Amino acid sequence: MGKVIVITSGKGGVGKTTTTANLGHGLAALGRKVCLVDADIGLRNLDVVLGLENRIVYHLLDVVEGNCTVSKALIRDKQHGENLVLLAAAQTREKDAVNPDQMRDLMKVLRKEYDYVLVDCPAGIEQGFRNAVAGADQAILVTTPEVSAVRDADRIVGLLEATELHDPQVIINRIRPDMVRRGDMLDISDVDDFLRIPILGIVPDDESIIVSTNRGEPVVNDQRSRSGQAYRNICRRLEGQEVSFMDLQGENFMQRLLRRIRVGAANR
Amino acid sequence: MLEFLGRLLGTSDGSKTKAKERLRLVLVHDRSSLSPGLLESLKEDLIKVISKYMDIDESGLEVNLDKSDDSVALVANIPVKNVKRQGKGK
Ligand SMILES: Nc1ncnc2c1ncn2[C@@H]1O[C@H](COP(=O)(O)OP(=O)(O)OP(=O)(O)O)[C@@H](O)[C@H]1O
Ligand SMILES: [Mg+2]
Repeated sequence: MGKVIVITSGKGGVGKTTTTANLGHGLAALGRKVCLVDADIGLRNLDVVLGLENRIVYHLLDVVEGNCTVSKALIRDKQHGENLVLLAAAQTREKDAVNPDQMRDLMKVLRKEYDYVLVDCPAGIEQGFRNAVAGADQAILVTTPEVSAVRDADRIVGLLEATELHDPQVIINRIRPDMVRRGDMLDISDVDDFLRIPILGIVPDDESIIVSTNRGEPVVNDQRSRSGQAYRNICRRLEGQEVSFMDLQGENFMQRLLRRIRVGAANR
Repeated sequence: MLEFLGRLLGTSDGSKTKAKERLRLVLVHDRSSLSPGLLESLKEDLIKVISKYMDIDESGLEVNLDKSDDSVALVANIPVKNVKRQGKGK
């Protein structure tokens, strides 16, 4: 029996879809069977980040409304095949075309077949959010080190409590070590002090994410990138391994230089 | 050490201090708003507990969260009609 994990945030644009795609690839690379569900109905995005946009025939609403079977609607990943599949969102419909009970039923089916079902939640706290969290066993909150994002994340923690999704974990995304060092960005312990929920991972702000998203190949597969490493660490933590956090803030010039040299040597 | 260097370079008081303070205040306020449903069930429970000890005017019961700039208090105004005699309660 697999786990259904919803990736949510409250505030838009903080990295839910990026996180979902990378954790999906990362977990599949660890040998798990993973199903990704795009619950952002009307604003489908996960397909593009995964580079699967040309393969979509059926979507979530087709399944819920009985137009096709679940297995028919699942799109296989280019790299991982059957071990990583996507259930796309409907693009031309409204968020209220599906309800929480239908989502719960769908998750019941998917949970049987996959080790992980990751649900990419839309921004906001309305119907789309309620649908995405219905049927989830666990929640991962994504936030950035900014006042508005942390505030919205805090609100989501409260709402998750109300839906019986206790013990959410948080991923702090888009950390900029240089800004943290000069005191212009909240650091990990600041965010921790406010939210008081376990930190699942920290991800640096990284150009390679944009480059890889352009290509439709999640950055977690890029062995050299820092953000890829961050996502690989998170996947191992989800698998129950203890992995220490990357040093995104303390690193000074000499350490950075040393790392460059080491990475360079490793790639030779 | 790092902080010392930061101060030396005049960079240690970045905008983060401001962000933290604003976030703290905004969360105090956000967390202090009870949903109508929660408020109703809090009222019901209060009535249940207090009725053990005194007769109260349920219709006059008022429960509010009092917010000032940096703190929040639960303020209840409960009109008492009669205090029960000791030993008779329960
Ligand atoms: N760590 C990062 N470094 C650099 N860019 C990032 C990082 N994480 C996300 N981004 C970029 O930020 C943008 C928003 O990310 P994403 O679409 O994953 O957010 P979202 O939370 O799913 O948004 P929405 O609320 O609209 O669904 C994207 O362009 C993505 O490439
Ligand atoms: Mg998204």
